Amino acid sequence: MEFDFTEDQHEIKRTAKDLLAKRSTAERVRFAAEAATYEESLWNELVELGWPGVAISEDYGGGGLGVLELATLLEESGYALANSPLLATAACGLALQEAGSDAQKSEWLPKLASGEATGSFGIDTQIFPDAAEADVIVVVAVDGSSISLVDNPRAVAVEVETIDPTRRYGAVGLGEGTDPMPGDASAALALGAVLTSAELVGVCARALEMTVDYVKDRKQFGRPVGSFQAVQHRCAQMLLHTEGARSVTYYAAWAADADRTLLAEASALAKSSASKAGVEVTGSAIQAHGGIGFTWEADVHWFYKRAQLDAAYLGGTKTHRARLTEIAAAASGSS
Amino acid sequence: MDLTFSKDEVEFRDELREWLAENSPGEEPRGDEDAIFAFRTGWQRSLYDSGWAAVHWPQEYGGRDATLMESAIFFEEMGRAGAPLPANVLGLLLAGPTIMAWGTPGQKDRYLTPILSAEEIWCQGFSEPEAGSDLAAVKTRAVRDGDDWIVTGQKVWTSGAQYSKWCMLVARTDPEASKHKGLSYFLMDMEQDAVQVRPLVQITGEAEFNELFIEEARIPHENMLGEEGNGWIVALTTLMNERSGLGFFLQVRLRQLLDKLVAEAVANGSIGDPVISQSLGDMLERTETLRLTAYRGLSTIMKYGQPGPEGSLTKWLWSETNQMMTQLAVDIVGPNALHKDNPWAYELLRARGNSIEGGTTEILKNIIAERVMGLPRK
Repeated sequence: MEFDFTEDQHEIKRTAKDLLAKRSTAERVRFAAEAATYEESLWNELVELGWPGVAISEDYGGGGLGVLELATLLEESGYALANSPLLATAACGLALQEAGSDAQKSEWLPKLASGEATGSFGIDTQIFPDAAEADVIVVVAVDGSSISLVDNPRAVAVEVETIDPTRRYGAVGLGEGTDPMPGDASAALALGAVLTSAELVGVCARALEMTVDYVKDRKQFGRPVGSFQAVQHRCAQMLLHTEGARSVTYYAAWAADADRTLLAEASALAKSSASKAGVEVTGSAIQAHGGIGFTWEADVHWFYKRAQLDAAYLGGTKTHRARLTEIAAAASGSS
Repeated sequence: MDLTFSKDEVEFRDELREWLAENSPGEEPRGDEDAIFAFRTGWQRSLYDSGWAAVHWPQEYGGRDATLMESAIFFEEMGRAGAPLPANVLGLLLAGPTIMAWGTPGQKDRYLTPILSAEEIWCQGFSEPEAGSDLAAVKTRAVRDGDDWIVTGQKVWTSGAQYSKWCMLVARTDPEASKHKGLSYFLMDMEQDAVQVRPLVQITGEAEFNELFIEEARIPHENMLGEEGNGWIVALTTLMNERSGLGFFLQVRLRQLLDKLVAEAVANGSIGDPVISQSLGDMLERTETLRLTAYRGLSTIMKYGQPGPEGSLTKWLWSETNQMMTQLAVDIVGPNALHKDNPWAYELLRARGNSIEGGTTEILKNIIAERVMGLPRK
């Protein structure tokens, strides 16, 4: 057993981190959020590097790597809070690859892999990331029983404003132009949950890092507030949430590539844990920043807002915990 | 990343499983401390005779040169098989590795084999009434007298002391030196009148632990482990060993208890209550997070030679989860869980010690904040 990335995977992650540290600085994140826009140049660069299609098969023009490699990119994207339709497009690509017909895959996967098209993915009636500008949307029925493709999203998706201005969101109304997909909706949902969990791990890691830096620096009563145990123990709890979510998210991404029999449980585990971690860690980051943390001027709120949307997307902690219990109860009954 | 066991690891596990299937220790007696100790001694002899007593020890000392991963597998399998811990668990996990790291050739020769065979049981004399979390504050004094040291003081939380031949003892040899520098590490013979053992009855009614009253006990100088004044560093070797290995045993036991609780909730229908379902989901999430984080921590140590940030988190997560889960059992089973003879009642009470023994949760959080995250000390 080796619960660590390979050298290549480490390299992918490091390269992504270095690139986004330059291209998605706190200033750029703020600019994009306040202008409610994305920077075309950033997305173009990610497309050139092949990020959206990293886990799409080479047969369809993708990178042919795994969900694990894609997850490392999403983690770094979350860490940098990069403004781009990466999560939406990648989740759409994986859902199509998983559940699409040959014709659907042939038509859309090469376009998603090359960045010629962007996509979105979500559950009917809920909020979809980057849906209003997407070229193709994969929609799972509310009861999870079916999955279908919308290839005229501009006719059915409308932009909605959420509390998270670092990303654009849409509402999708199903109608004409919905094309049923033959595959397994639950596997598509599981993959989307794993990718979102990876982004949440990055969001948590960054919020924690910002907090640790802040409490080392900020002085009250003549000493750094980070020397007070109450603050220290809050930070320790943030680390436990973050690293716990990291363990289970990597496990789920590995399961997606290496052992599909584990995926249903592993993805529920990842999304349950990462959603909790995201909400707790970013909320705690605001608290540890004190009054300044509650201001628009400080950057922690961007992470809190993204974490809230990601935590709720494709089901939050409660939904996935209930799923974990269902799976355990079924195993209990059968053994 | 490969989260399956390697071929060697699978072979190791299968060989162990096969052995366990043929050499089941049977049901451990309950309640009677002496009977439990005799049972665990027999179990360790059986392990020893087949070369399984200390897989993590080097072959030259009677171990199997097991990797950290194999050692984890060993403890997982022991937990899974419902096997008890061996009688001399502190000798195998703490005293042995500390003697290997710091002992003279003569000391290694003298002490290691009887540890393996359970002929000589060991206990740990670190904590004192005034030195709990603040371990370096030990007051037990050792004064040089010719070739001997004369030791006086009091130790507490010494589990297994009544059965022990030897004690890993930390005592102050230089009262003038600074707190950490005045300590030395001794291997103390428990079989002398100057050492009195008094059982410490805990909230479960059992006496896993003892108090030691040491009144001018004699320890030959050759029984010092490491140099005079080096006791804190030697003790850290012992403490580092304390946190590994066993964690995998406890983690599997936790999962087994949780599986029982899920089965109970299915059987009595409470699993249909969304509040119960949520709480069980929380426990399932925590238990899996614990397992995976423990393995991730092990991989980090094996690959980079030192623990990552995740390594400090598992003991905290385990103790908190065990407490929450045993409390949840009362909700699921109902008041009958609190009947004196109900196994959940014992688990509930015993779990209270988890967040104290082996480092309180508060101290662990301090360590995480200061050493892992680099937050300033006061």
